[in-house]
Amino acid sequence: MNALQSDPVLELVDIRKSYGPVNALRGVSLQLRPGEVHALVGDNGAGKSTLIKTITGVQPHDGGQILWRGEPMSFAGPRDAARRGISVVYQDLAVCGNLSVADNVFLGRESRHSGPLGSLLRRVDRTAMEQETLDLLRSLSVNLQKVRTPVEGLSGGQRQSVAIARALLGKPEVMLLDEPTAALSVAQTHEVLNLVRRLRDQGLAVVIVSHNLADVFAVSDVVTVLRLGQVAGRFDVRSSSQQEVVAAITGAEWGAGLPSLAEEPTTTEQELSR
Amino acid sequence: MSVQSAVTRKPGGTPVPTTDGPRAGRSGGAWIRALFARRPSGINLAPVLLGLVVVCVGFQTANSNFLTPWNLTNLSLQVASVGVIAVGVVVILLLGEIDLSVAAISGFCGAVLGVLNVQLGWNAWLSIVVAVSVGIAIGTFQGTVVTYFRVPAFVITLAGLIGLQGWTLALFGDRTAINFDYDGDVAKLTATFLSPLAGWLIAIGATAALAYFTLAERARLKAAGLEHSDLRTQVLKLVGIAVGLGGAVAVFNRDRGVPLAVFIFVGIVVVMDYVVRQTRFGVRLLAIGGNAEAARRAGIPVQRIRIAAFAIGSGLAAFGGVLAASRLIAATTQSGAGDTLINAIAAAVIGGTSLFGGRGSVYSALVGILIIGSISNGMDLLALPSAAKFIITSMVLLLAVVVDAIAARGSRSQLRE
Ligand SMILES: Nc1ncnc2c1ncn2[C@@H]1O[C@H](COP(=O)(O)OP(=O)(O)OP(=O)(O)O)[C@@H](O)[C@H]1O
Ligand SMILES: [Mg+2]
Repeated sequence: MNALQSDPVLELVDIRKSYGPVNALRGVSLQLRPGEVHALVGDNGAGKSTLIKTITGVQPHDGGQILWRGEPMSFAGPRDAARRGISVVYQDLAVCGNLSVADNVFLGRESRHSGPLGSLLRRVDRTAMEQETLDLLRSLSVNLQKVRTPVEGLSGGQRQSVAIARALLGKPEVMLLDEPTAALSVAQTHEVLNLVRRLRDQGLAVVIVSHNLADVFAVSDVVTVLRLGQVAGRFDVRSSSQQEVVAAITGAEWGAGLPSLAEEPTTTEQELSR
Repeated sequence: MSVQSAVTRKPGGTPVPTTDGPRAGRSGGAWIRALFARRPSGINLAPVLLGLVVVCVGFQTANSNFLTPWNLTNLSLQVASVGVIAVGVVVILLLGEIDLSVAAISGFCGAVLGVLNVQLGWNAWLSIVVAVSVGIAIGTFQGTVVTYFRVPAFVITLAGLIGLQGWTLALFGDRTAINFDYDGDVAKLTATFLSPLAGWLIAIGATAALAYFTLAERARLKAAGLEHSDLRTQVLKLVGIAVGLGGAVAVFNRDRGVPLAVFIFVGIVVVMDYVVRQTRFGVRLLAIGGNAEAARRAGIPVQRIRIAAFAIGSGLAAFGGVLAASRLIAATTQSGAGDTLINAIAAAVIGGTSLFGGRGSVYSALVGILIIGSISNGMDLLALPSAAKFIITSMVLLLAVVVDAIAARGSRSQLRE
């Protein structure tokens, strides 16, 4: 894998962010490369979600720099970020259960009919939307034929696929996924992790926030550990063990101090998500 | 949806799902479930229509005057004004909000119409336009307050209700009513009937247009290899609608013809249904009603759409007030008071629009108001006391609300997991 050699598409340099007295981020640096899955792990409140929000401009950073292809850049909000090619799927799924799969994928960017139907009658082009939705889902190998059913009737994994398909709509280069598997069963998690691999194969730079180290090791190339708003470790998954990552998360100097946690990843997961 | 759709194979080989197809293998239970299943972001009108039939048959058995052309024409004239208000209520319920001031707005705008047309002698049509514009302005104001100050809509519109009753009284001064000219244009709005030929032309034209658009849409979907309904079902539906429309025109023509006010009411329903289901504004309205936070994150201008929905709701309420004034040939201090508000909201909910936002159909206003109107008209025919009318209407509303709450709980718990 030569991902580590390619130039970063997005680079964070010494990002700082405080909410009043709370220093959520205290100088975080990261490099995101195309075709690479970058996992962000850390205890609750470590600043993972905040980091994602500073990238998209939902919560502007107070210090540091964001470099987009080497150029300093800051985004005014998710729409601005999306225009530049950065898409986000939030921790709490932002789908409208009452709307169809296609309407959800195109939410806020509905296609309109061309000609008088569109300009005079302002009619939404559902055929085009449904067709493109099907194409998108197929490109992700998601088996979802009925793009006209309301999203509330779908399984958690399918809903996550809809959210990811929507994030893919603007042909982004960077995809930020905040805990995409948190609420899913084993089978659905598997489904979504496959989706993440497909995004990587399509050449996207993917950031995945997760509390589940097994998932992280299954899907990512690089792991960055955040602790109290700082980078507490960076690991290449091919040459690191889960114990080392756990140690960095909890702040222990070495993994030997936590034998039971290190040996049992499921305990770790429960421990972390408490 | 619990119903599995049948899958047919295109010559090309990719499976094309179709819905609603009557298939040999389908069991009776599935048919019944299909009849009562909720449709995507909309509702299924079948059970409500069934309710309407039950109500009509019931009253016809009790009093054979109920289903006469004369009574049905009167009934539809009676419900047109509250029906238009109910359409506005549906729009606001779809947004996930409520507007308690719609009846007060209708009364106030009726009074404005009276002052302009009678007292100041303005042209009737200009007065109507101004009265409706006043309604739109009130809705814009209330919507803005709800949106920018994040006050629950029911508080703001409750204040609006009381305030507007005050303004209405102030407009009337010492009077209790303003009477319109019996032969004037305001009165004509609800006293005009279309000629039998015009009625038929409208029914035929509407059916032809509907057939053209639905079949063209189906062909488009089929060509694109997308989910489309079975041709037989589609044709059956069109025949059903044609028979319904033709039947209505035939009944109206046995009396005085299709009432202009009813034609306008149904026209408003059709146009608003199109706006809600087929336009960008409508999709976004439903999105906000379904999950406002998701809509905001998708970059939808939530505040603007909220305000627009309140403006539309109030504009329709004002026009409902105009129709009420026209039918009474007077604006009174009692216009829009009494059971107008409860009937408008009840019509929307009984028709199947959810109080919890994002689910429903503009047609629920039409069917709901027909049920409420039939019950009220039928009880009048049976000379039941007002007490019974109120109690029975409230029981129907209670039933509808409970059904809605159960359905909403079902879909929400599905979304949690
Ligand atoms: N909007 C906010 N206002 C004030 N403080 C905030 C806000 N959002 C986050 N914080 C604080 O910033 C810190 C980092 O929070 P953040 O949500 O980024 O953590 P996280 O790593 O995503 O945690 P989790 O695993 O629970 O999702 C926490 O101390 C949190 O309380
Ligand atoms: Mg978080």
